[in-house]
Amino acid sequence: MEDNVIIAEGLTKCFGTFTAVDHISFSVKKGEIFGFLGANGAGKTTAMRMLCGLSIPTEGKAVVAGFDVETQSEEIKKNIGYMSQKFSLYEDLKVWENIRLFAGIYGVPEKEIAPKTDALLGRLGFEKEKNTLVKLLPLGWKQKLAFSVAIFHGPKIVFLDEPTGGVDPMVRRQFWNMIYEAAERGITVFVTTHYMDEAEYCDRISIMVDGRIEAMDTPKNLKDEFGVESMDEVFYLLARTAKRAE
Amino acid sequence: MMLKYLLEKEFKQFFRNPFLPKLIVFFPVMIMLIIPWIANMDIKNINVSVVNHDSSSASEDLIHVIESSNYFILGKVTADYDEAMTLLEFGETDAIIEIPAEFEKNLLTTGSSPVQISINAVNETKGALGSNYLTAICMDFSSDFFEKHNMAAAGNINVVSTFNMPKLNVSVQNRYNPYMDYKLFMIPALMVIIVILMGGFLPALNIVGEKEKGTIEQINISPVPKFIFIIAKLIPYWVIGLLVLFLTMLVGYWVYGLWPENGFWTVCLFAVLFIFAVSGFGLIVSNYAKTMQQASFIMFFFILVFMLMSGLLTPLHCMPEWAQYFTIINPPRYFIEMMRVVYIKGGTLHDLWPQFFAHVFFAVFFALWAVLSYKKRD
Repeated sequence: MEDNVIIAEGLTKCFGTFTAVDHISFSVKKGEIFGFLGANGAGKTTAMRMLCGLSIPTEGKAVVAGFDVETQSEEIKKNIGYMSQKFSLYEDLKVWENIRLFAGIYGVPEKEIAPKTDALLGRLGFEKEKNTLVKLLPLGWKQKLAFSVAIFHGPKIVFLDEPTGGVDPMVRRQFWNMIYEAAERGITVFVTTHYMDEAEYCDRISIMVDGRIEAMDTPKNLKDEFGVESMDEVFYLLARTAKRAE
Repeated sequence: MMLKYLLEKEFKQFFRNPFLPKLIVFFPVMIMLIIPWIANMDIKNINVSVVNHDSSSASEDLIHVIESSNYFILGKVTADYDEAMTLLEFGETDAIIEIPAEFEKNLLTTGSSPVQISINAVNETKGALGSNYLTAICMDFSSDFFEKHNMAAAGNINVVSTFNMPKLNVSVQNRYNPYMDYKLFMIPALMVIIVILMGGFLPALNIVGEKEKGTIEQINISPVPKFIFIIAKLIPYWVIGLLVLFLTMLVGYWVYGLWPENGFWTVCLFAVLFIFAVSGFGLIVSNYAKTMQQASFIMFFFILVFMLMSGLLTPLHCMPEWAQYFTIINPPRYFIEMMRVVYIKGGTLHDLWPQFFAHVFFAVFFALWAVLSYKKRD
């Protein structure tokens, strides 16, 4: 179990009488790309927020990067990166200012920030945009930048909540290349998505229906198990059993 | 040091805002230049109509005295009370003074005559002051009259027939504000209003603004300690609040010649604490509010209470007792007391220890509450 960086056991979150996440258990290995799938309202975001230490579990426990989500959430936050479905860089700061801010917050030494920023902008091909306000960038560029900022400080795990929502197929392809590069560097990737072609890119996926994990395996095994050709069909077979309204 | 990066961010965001930097300059200057001339309780230009049933030289003299006063504008002089009353009802005159028939004769023979004053008291202050001025004028008139006719002031004029006063020569010295200039009372109060509005409202909209934009998530998910985050939010408003206050003090000096003679550093010291408390309060509201609209309305409510219950516009000792007790927990009360002591009486810190400790308490209290009410987890 040494190389399991995320372990959840019976993790549950209730809002009043509503059980958003209902006793989910799973584990994610170091360096793995773990896809977290589910229809809208299935409880993906709530589960992810608990793992990130943003939301206190009602029941059950989870260990992320070796720290308990309930009692050591601030320790977890030092070891993860996060990029949310709602785009979350500061729109009124310039590109380099956003990188500098988050690098500083995560304790990257001041001397390293400037050269690393230039190197990053070089890799992204954003050199000309260094002094551009983030709000002036196209959505796809913002998403790529947000992902780069989320892993700038070299976290053990990066959580991506629908990172490619609303961007064109070209950028999605580039984005997934960035995810692979991060995974090669040993960063574990925990990603939620609606796109089933993206699910195929994951090492392993889980599918949530009505707050519970109904299936969890590699994309290939899942397709075999359900006897279908594509992840779309696997998802459809599971999601139609959902009783929760949107 | 995390704080440095967060402060950089806050200041850049503030000065990059298209509206706020202009607001903190123009708002205080406009308020300081315009409001002291408008928010003025000095009552002048009261329209008086006279109902004269006497047509004697005494009644003419009385009318002349009223006319020559600075406070009154003489309107219609008539012999018909109903006509004057109609004018009052239509708001064309503020007061009626009725001089009865045989006014002069009665004064000379009995030494006394009734005079009736009717005042429109819809505006209570104007009514009260107007009737006081008119009464005083009648008193002066009567003493002059008796002097002129070498009569002992046995009876005097009777105002509304029951007003029978022995003659006293009262000499009033107005301490601290010798010319009773209302601006001197208002200007320190305006400075406080401006500081509360700028130092309280802007932070109240700040954190909740980050909630609406979603950027707060990125902070909550980071290892930034709550304390550092709140301090990074407080410090910019602290600096801005002090700048705003200095701006109002400069306008007060250049335009109205007001300057805290001995107490400049006292004002600075109290302002540092007060703005810290007010901005802390704004951040507390911001922490609890879910939307900017909510935060604004909560702030409207509290700022109204702060202002009306602080002695800013109406003196504390005129309030009912329960309300006076309530002002003990109203932070601006102490700041206003300080401003008036320093600005009007020329006091310093030595006269203000209780206010000082109240300031320290509120600064610590609100800052701590702001830290505690900021939740990184739900």
